[in-house]
Amino acid sequence: MNIVVCIKQTFDTEAKIALTDGGEIDDRSVIKIVNPYDEYAVEEAIRLKERHGGEVTAVTVGAEDSRQALQHCLAMGVDRAVLVTDPLVQSPDGHTYAVILAALLRTMEYDLILCGRESIDTGDGQVPSRLAQILDLPQINVVSHLEIENGTVRATRDIEGGSEHVESSRPCVISVQKGINEVRYPSLRLIMRAKKMPIDSYSLEDLTLTTDDVKPFLGVEAYIFPETRKAGVRLRGEPADVVTQLIGYLRDEYRIL
Amino acid sequence: MAVLVFAEQRKGKMPKVAFEAVSQGRRIADRRGDSLHVCLIGDNVSHLSDDITAYGGDDILIYDSVDLSDYQTEAYAAVLVSAVNEVGAKLVIMGHTLMVRDLAPRVAEEIGAGLVSDCTAMETDEDVISFIRPMYAGKVFAKVTVGTDVALCTIRPNNFSIAEKPGKGKQRTLDCEIPEIRARTTGMEVRGGDRPELTEADIIVSGGRGLGGAEGFGVVEEVADILGAAVGASRAAVDAGWRSQQYQVGQTGKVVTPDLYVACGISGAAQHMAGMSASRCIVAINKDPDANMMKVADLSIEGDLYKILSELSDQIKNGAE
Repeated sequence: MNIVVCIKQTFDTEAKIALTDGGEIDDRSVIKIVNPYDEYAVEEAIRLKERHGGEVTAVTVGAEDSRQALQHCLAMGVDRAVLVTDPLVQSPDGHTYAVILAALLRTMEYDLILCGRESIDTGDGQVPSRLAQILDLPQINVVSHLEIENGTVRATRDIEGGSEHVESSRPCVISVQKGINEVRYPSLRLIMRAKKMPIDSYSLEDLTLTTDDVKPFLGVEAYIFPETRKAGVRLRGEPADVVTQLIGYLRDEYRIL
Repeated sequence: MAVLVFAEQRKGKMPKVAFEAVSQGRRIADRRGDSLHVCLIGDNVSHLSDDITAYGGDDILIYDSVDLSDYQTEAYAAVLVSAVNEVGAKLVIMGHTLMVRDLAPRVAEEIGAGLVSDCTAMETDEDVISFIRPMYAGKVFAKVTVGTDVALCTIRPNNFSIAEKPGKGKQRTLDCEIPEIRARTTGMEVRGGDRPELTEADIIVSGGRGLGGAEGFGVVEEVADILGAAVGASRAAVDAGWRSQQYQVGQTGKVVTPDLYVACGISGAAQHMAGMSASRCIVAINKDPDANMMKVADLSIEGDLYKILSELSDQIKNGAE
């Protein structure tokens, strides 16, 4: 069973966000990681390969430095890595990524496409469903448990206040939720080995895509920082006393209780 | 310009955010002199149209079929695309729920439309609608415009007010050809308990590393139940196995906007703050006076969590009697 995992390089969760003089998100001096949800997808793909055989390929669309993210996937145990990078890809949105990934996937053979449920940078979560639509494949999103038996995919997906069981034919697009597995940490030896492994690289032209094909549907007019919260009132005294004060504030000032 | 709202329901119940979407649709339609169409999909769901009319629905499109009783991506996507075309919608508003997160991007791609996910505000002037949405889990917000003919957006629960304002309430039952369903929902499990859903709760009581163990959540649950609140957890508490992933608040969990967020023994790492810092009132209880959460909370208490929480439940119980 051949699996393609779509990943994205993102900022570390503790990264502070700042803007460049040109008003764009500043990605200099930020630690970059494999999007955490995508890491679960990579782990799940490797586990499926260990159980069912086949090959796992990690693919990404991004700048040249996304190679680091792919190297991390290689160190985790994927067999092949593919980068689509092109300066003609400007301000990509979920549609842009899906169009490029679909064009790349049309050149590959696969039984399953795995993704993270969303990337923690834009938080859009649109790529898996848009990709499934373009490739005319079924989709199952936010999957917390996955099994494959005789060509049938059985998944559990989170819904508000519970979960749903979904069965699908293959191939299909699956996006995974945190908690589906525990991600392995590759050893130093595997990390060093991954640095020497090749990464295939494609441009838009290689995928016979034009800039028009990948034109984003959304435009960002401005970035706005939320007001920083300031420390409020520190309540002091014995537990009985502070709790009385707390209830007073919540009832009289905030009109909550 | 027609505005269409997808009013999500499961088992005949609409989540609060579906009403928020109808109310927001009404406001935008009024501002622009448009009509408000509402799409209802399911099995035996026509009884929900009165509720929708009360919040402003002019034209309610009902797709009622036993084949639509459970949410099925491919079936619901075909129906929603058909509804968009039926009314010639230029703006589609939906709640940012797990169902819609699955459905909306597929529909958007099929009609070649931009989708702004998880909006916390909208601005309208003349012809342009701008959408405000969080990025990096709320560390920064983007003002976004849509370049396609049709714009879709999903709204974050608890961010748009619900207002009763009767609409014309015309009801139409429509048919739509349902394609072959390749990914089929075969069953559903509901977690026990009557606590509200985290993303829709007005009050959340949340626990972190400071609770010291899984059993520490007992007292958090007790206070939550007295307040009619949802229970949340920090990443540290989830990663330690004290609570399952569904409870996690933060960048890799749920983003919440309650009226009151009570953080018990949560230090306030950036990834957690990202998930709850837009709450109206934050209360921090921590033994460490210098914890980050204590510096941003509206009301903070330094001290022993257990003593304070049990005192809190006693006083609220006594006050209620």
